[in-house]
Amino acid sequence: MDRALSDYAMRLGDDSLILGQRLSEWCGHAPMLELDLSLANIGLDLVGQATHFLMLAGDADRLAFHRDVLDFKNCLLVEQPNGDFAQTIARQFLFSNWQELQLRELSGSANETLASIAAKAVKEVSYHARFANEWVVRLGDGTDESRARMVQALEWMWRFGDELFDVDAQLDPLIAERIAVDPRELRAEWEARVTKTLAQATLDVPVPRRGARGGRMGHHSEHLGHLLATMQFLPRAYPGTVW
Amino acid sequence: MNNDWPLWEVFVRAKHGLSHKHAGSVHAADARMALESARDTYTRRMEGVSLWVVPSAQIVASDPGEAAALFEPAADKVYRHPTFYVIPEHVKNI
Repeated sequence: MDRALSDYAMRLGDDSLILGQRLSEWCGHAPMLELDLSLANIGLDLVGQATHFLMLAGDADRLAFHRDVLDFKNCLLVEQPNGDFAQTIARQFLFSNWQELQLRELSGSANETLASIAAKAVKEVSYHARFANEWVVRLGDGTDESRARMVQALEWMWRFGDELFDVDAQLDPLIAERIAVDPRELRAEWEARVTKTLAQATLDVPVPRRGARGGRMGHHSEHLGHLLATMQFLPRAYPGTVW
Repeated sequence: MNNDWPLWEVFVRAKHGLSHKHAGSVHAADARMALESARDTYTRRMEGVSLWVVPSAQIVASDPGEAAALFEPAADKVYRHPTFYVIPEHVKNI
């Protein structure tokens, strides 16, 4: 397996894995039963995608449960804590709208395995985006309190958007070979989609601020370590255990 | 907050050619949310190809107290059951 491809599969897999793990934290705690199920469903979709991408990258279980924080390549957006429900929705809104475009393009990848994983996952993610978009509208155009929380949540999450469109020396050759998606080409459509939903929600597009980045290189916020401690505890404490 | 959200009845069509069947209910603030909750609650194991949601308040139900008058008269009218026809084997879902 060539190193660049395996790294790329890890980026894709880590995005899904970490967000899936985050969403699973809502299980049993969501504002209502129906949402508990919705969030868990989305989380499970993401963990399923992660499994496929990480299998392409290597031994999926080893990569998920026996890697340390510096070796994770997910974007910073997905590791942000759930916060309140609005914050969870803001994170999902920015991510799923991006991920849907990314997977749509990836389904035409020159790498057949990537293409087939993406073709399956894009249907799941278009539902995630729909779910998040509708909640942005509902909260933004809702009560004074839901609106204030949605504004605050977007304000916080917005700074993690830029990183989604970054390319670097590792990605360049894969883009040239049409294996990887060039995320820069997704930006205009992503902004159009996000802006449209914000308009429906009667919300302003947050003021641009200096983007936070570094996740792809392993420079994570402290939150990721705590997430991994929970996620990796069992396989690390009881290596090789099965149920 | 749950108490603020009305109840919706969920109907699932298991496959094309079958009618929608009542599956249960969800709480939701609006029709789209009801549809999404219904999708997540009642079709996550491939139970359906189509969904209906209806505000529970819009369902008009028969009165259980009138059950005898409404339904018992049908009990002794076996001639209403079309049991005398032979159904070809390849016809499904009748």
